[in-house]
Amino acid sequence: MIKLLQILFFLLIVRPLMFVIIGLNIQGKEHLPLTGPAIVAANHNSHLDTLALLSLWPLVRLGQIRPVAAADYFLPNPVIAWFSLNIMRVIPIDRHRKDKNSDPLADCSAALSRGEILVIYPEGSRGTPEQTIRFKTGISRLAEQHPEAPIVPIFMHGLGKSLPRGDFLLVPFVCDVLIGDLLYWQGSVAATMQSYQTAMDDLIEQCHRPEWE
Amino acid sequence: MQYLQDKPNLAIAIGAVLALLVLATVIYLVLKRLKPHKNLPEIGARIRSWWLMAFVFSVALTFGQNLFLLFMSFLSFLALKEYLSITPTRRADRRVLFWAYLTIPIQFYWIWIGWYWMFLIFVPVYVFLFLPMCMVLVGETRGFLKAAGSLNWGVMTTVFSIGHIAYLLVLPPTGNPVAGGAGLVFFVVVLTQLNDIAQFLSGKMFGLHKITPTVSPNKTWEGLIGGVVSTALIAWLAAPLLTPLTVAQSIGVGMLIALAGFMGDATISAIKRDLQIKDTGTLIPGHGGILDRIDSLTYTAPLFFHIVVYLYF
Repeated sequence: MIKLLQILFFLLIVRPLMFVIIGLNIQGKEHLPLTGPAIVAANHNSHLDTLALLSLWPLVRLGQIRPVAAADYFLPNPVIAWFSLNIMRVIPIDRHRKDKNSDPLADCSAALSRGEILVIYPEGSRGTPEQTIRFKTGISRLAEQHPEAPIVPIFMHGLGKSLPRGDFLLVPFVCDVLIGDLLYWQGSVAATMQSYQTAMDDLIEQCHRPEWE
Repeated sequence: MQYLQDKPNLAIAIGAVLALLVLATVIYLVLKRLKPHKNLPEIGARIRSWWLMAFVFSVALTFGQNLFLLFMSFLSFLALKEYLSITPTRRADRRVLFWAYLTIPIQFYWIWIGWYWMFLIFVPVYVFLFLPMCMVLVGETRGFLKAAGSLNWGVMTTVFSIGHIAYLLVLPPTGNPVAGGAGLVFFVVVLTQLNDIAQFLSGKMFGLHKITPTVSPNKTWEGLIGGVVSTALIAWLAAPLLTPLTVAQSIGVGMLIALAGFMGDATISAIKRDLQIKDTGTLIPGHGGILDRIDSLTYTAPLFFHIVVYLYF
């Protein structure tokens, strides 16, 4: 029942919004893995990011795609929590954990073990619209535990203009979604992060959109 | 379909376009067989997109006025969105851009109820005054002139100019007994597109002398003259079927569509060159974006509209 609700939500609301109102310009779709395990790592500017990324796969795959979301942001309100957990099927992550010995990425790692596809924002927050900040190293540590899972670098531009942080009025802009070559665990966290950074820089280079003044 | 039975001339014209598409596809397939080394996939994608666009346009025009106005307003929306996505905009103007989008349903509402004067002045007067006013109330003065100018240019081009195609359909049918407003729409849209193709092909075959080397190096005098001659010829052939134009008028209108189409195309080319992009989008495979396809119409539609209204309405 909830699965049906999820598919209807994406079919009737999210996809018309993404492909008709906003308009996704997807490049490099051939890189996108259809089956897990995989770590899809994108830049984060807007609440629309997750909806856009989840629109990349066929509807039947939705059950396997798991966005990673901040527990402190999405879980306090029960309605948003229900929606996040059941419709968006997020994996909550504790950004301000008290117990320093627990592994915050344990749930993510378990999802990869089940062959699911993680959608994760290594910036850790939406930040200032259309600006990419430093990446956190969680994706590398997940890649270390799951060397068979590719990291899929994705750069998005435009959604931060359509719906920036702290604004509720949607103003349509065409959104670019650039999907880069898959990369794998490089033997060390630093090397893996470096190759992710390089991949993202290449994608940013390819994306020709005017600056937002 | 009742609509087509009422307007047999429109059905004949759609049939003629279909025949042209079949001819183009056959030529493409023969060329592909004869010269497989040539870089033809781009042309293939372009012809496939022509099929799709001709299909969507014909269906939208065949099933009555409401569907066509809806289709045109959606086209305006896609064009404006593409324009705002390729041009620099100011963060402070997000809400102003929202108002700019709202002009589309309002302008098409005037068209739908057939309020001619409001259709004529709404964008050039009211929107022209209203959008800069919103920007003033936002209070950001840095880049104000550039932002106000670009936004007004975008709305004029993608909403006002393109809206003229829609208004052709709501003109009183008495002005064009042979095929009504739909005939006029079909005439100007198909002629504009055929002119684009004629200029492209004659430019490829005979092009030597560049007209605007700094704006669009592919545009040549030979291409333009080829376009003017063939468009005048097609206008002369198609006018009795679709329009009330006399022979002399149809040849004149054909030449004007060719020249105006050239300018519309060159204007969008100038914008692309200014922004250092190749295409305005990726929505239409082989063609680029919506603006790449309707660029010529932004000039031909208002000119054709006002000439026809002056002569017959």
